[in-house]
Amino acid sequence: MTGRTRLLRILAPAIGLMLVVACTTTPPAGSPTPGATGVASPPATPVAGGEVEIFSWWTAGGEADGLNAMFGVFESEYPQYELVNAAVAGGAGTNARAVLATRLQQNDPPESWQGHAGQELIGTYVAADQLEPLNFLFEEEGWMDVMPEALIPQISHDGNIYSVPVNIHRANVMWFIPAKLTEWDVQAPTTWDEFLATAETLREAGVTPLAMGEQWTSLHLLETVLLGELGADGYAALWDGSSDWSSAEVTSALETFDQVLGYTNADSSTLSWDAAAQLVVDGEAAFTIMGDWAEGYFVSKDMDPGAGDFGWAPAPGSVGVFQWLSDSFVLPKGAGNREGALAWLRVAGSKAGQDAFNPVKGSIPARSDGDRSLYDAYLQSAMDDWARDDLAGSLTHGVVASDAWKSEIDTALGLFLGDRDVAAFQTALVDACASAGACGE
Amino acid sequence: MTLVRGLRRHWVALAMLSPSIILVGIFVYGFIGWSLRVSVSEWQGLRPDFTFAGLDNFVALLSDRRFQIDMRNTVVFTTFFVVGAVGLGLLLAILIDRRVPGETFFRNVFLFPLAISLIVTGVAWRWLMNPGSGERLTGLNLLFDIFGLNALISAWHTSDPPWGIAFVALPAVWQMSGFTMALFLGGLRAIPDELKEAARVDGAGEFQVYRRIIIPLLRPALLSALIILGHLSLKVFDLIVALSGKDLRLDVPAIYMWTTTFDAHNYARGASIGIYLLLSVAILVVPYLLWSLRRETEL
Repeated sequence: MTGRTRLLRILAPAIGLMLVVACTTTPPAGSPTPGATGVASPPATPVAGGEVEIFSWWTAGGEADGLNAMFGVFESEYPQYELVNAAVAGGAGTNARAVLATRLQQNDPPESWQGHAGQELIGTYVAADQLEPLNFLFEEEGWMDVMPEALIPQISHDGNIYSVPVNIHRANVMWFIPAKLTEWDVQAPTTWDEFLATAETLREAGVTPLAMGEQWTSLHLLETVLLGELGADGYAALWDGSSDWSSAEVTSALETFDQVLGYTNADSSTLSWDAAAQLVVDGEAAFTIMGDWAEGYFVSKDMDPGAGDFGWAPAPGSVGVFQWLSDSFVLPKGAGNREGALAWLRVAGSKAGQDAFNPVKGSIPARSDGDRSLYDAYLQSAMDDWARDDLAGSLTHGVVASDAWKSEIDTALGLFLGDRDVAAFQTALVDACASAGACGE
Repeated sequence: MTLVRGLRRHWVALAMLSPSIILVGIFVYGFIGWSLRVSVSEWQGLRPDFTFAGLDNFVALLSDRRFQIDMRNTVVFTTFFVVGAVGLGLLLAILIDRRVPGETFFRNVFLFPLAISLIVTGVAWRWLMNPGSGERLTGLNLLFDIFGLNALISAWHTSDPPWGIAFVALPAVWQMSGFTMALFLGGLRAIPDELKEAARVDGAGEFQVYRRIIIPLLRPALLSALIILGHLSLKVFDLIVALSGKDLRLDVPAIYMWTTTFDAHNYARGASIGIYLLLSVAILVVPYLLWSLRRETEL
């Protein structure tokens, strides 16, 4: 028998099996939402008890502690339910979201899961018809009165609210050491033009003007530059399709971004966000623009916000605008224990739940009636800003753009960081908007 | 009739093989078929969408800027990695073959990196290849500075494209040259001494013995090395993620497939990249299989 015949005898069944599977396998039996009618008809006898499975990627640090604190509140208020912590570690949520997607495909959702409020949830799960609207719950619990009015439309789709925000982080914060700024005789800039001038002075003094980390921190920087240059309204218009990504204002904002990148540290791609913050602590860099979880980093280095060991200001151009992101919980369609899930959501949106979670996590409650005495100097100033500032959603953290759109923008940004071609970057951003279906033809 | 008789005679062998056959059938070939199915669909988002899209996804990828960078990076990485690992492995094998004292010790030391996972290698070399400069010199750059070899200080894997990816080949070569060394050592030991003696008697110098006799006879080992290193480098993923996270300048198809499937929920595009990866490895491996099967039957 020749080698060829033998090879054919081995390969043919393998290829045949491949083709058989390819051509005959049907999608998983049943639609992903068998409980489509479950919305209108909750179980005839409400289950007062049973398991409540809470899914998240909060497995370490302040996040896990905060979650446990909220579990404590739940267990004291609803002792009849058995809480199951289904947190999945790794990949900053990538692993958890993959596990969640698999479970949703099998129509086995947890009672609730954590996600960033806004398009990250809406663009993924609402688009696949896997979440229940929560308007009734917001009205029952009176949350419409305690959460900022401007927040509600940003976490809704077609008038339906889809998640309960537990905490609020601010993205557009610029961090510095006041003592160092005095030493270099500069002040925190309030616009990006001022920043560029200050940066020139700093560079001549041998200091890196802006500390930056790996690629996602550049995306974070991009969103603050866009906000600072376009203003809250111009920025919001980018995401609802009413403004044009190919406009001259966007070109000018991207050119500013290009110039700002020129003042960052050369080895940024090898640093994590906290290593970049460390550059500021060490006095090698003057500023870093990062969300207010950086405050937890500075505090962990034994710096006291009340004593002025570190300082903060809104990112240039965005004074009076709070660029927000929020961790929130949802109600899936077809949840096994719907009453238990609703009980959890009540705790998540309650004053007790949020005041248990947020001081430990280092964020502020979404509610405006949090107990101020539980929060440190920075968080109190953030609570003041949250109550009165204009609101703009964060891009990097899933408020204004769905996962698919954000991924396209991220790719465009990665390519720009390689070739620094502003025109090509803008074209890619226009294409990203079109491919996400947000910019009509 | 031959089939039935064969079955009856060899049923024990078949029974022992059948678990493997079934598992491989489902988890390898079955899932390849499923990927094929998804790659010709329009499935984006959590809701499966099996609208037939033909070869659209494949064509779109070819004009996708990120995928073009991936392909370029793969070519550069493969070249540097294969040449480096084969060259270094051959050198080490030749040196060890000359019966140096402590031969076993050196052989083991060169083989140890193979036991380490690529993630560990990536993290360790990330520290070594840290591109910090000035006040923040560290890793190999600091070593060069201490010894006054400042000309060697570089940005390593954060160098401008396309050379950044060439530096990524450094830890990969470090890890795999023990493997190629072992392959070549086996090949060297299989060369009969009479051939070398005859060449020396005929007046060949040492270098000529190597060039004319030994290296040509290493061709089978070289081919095995090329195939195995080639398909490893086509699939490289964990080394680059450990070295540089999701830095797009060092992107490779496997990383693109991962981010587009799990971050962007674009299953159709992820599956298409997967099929491209499969084809590229198949082009490498299938001819080799054909060639070695034919050799077996000839022998």
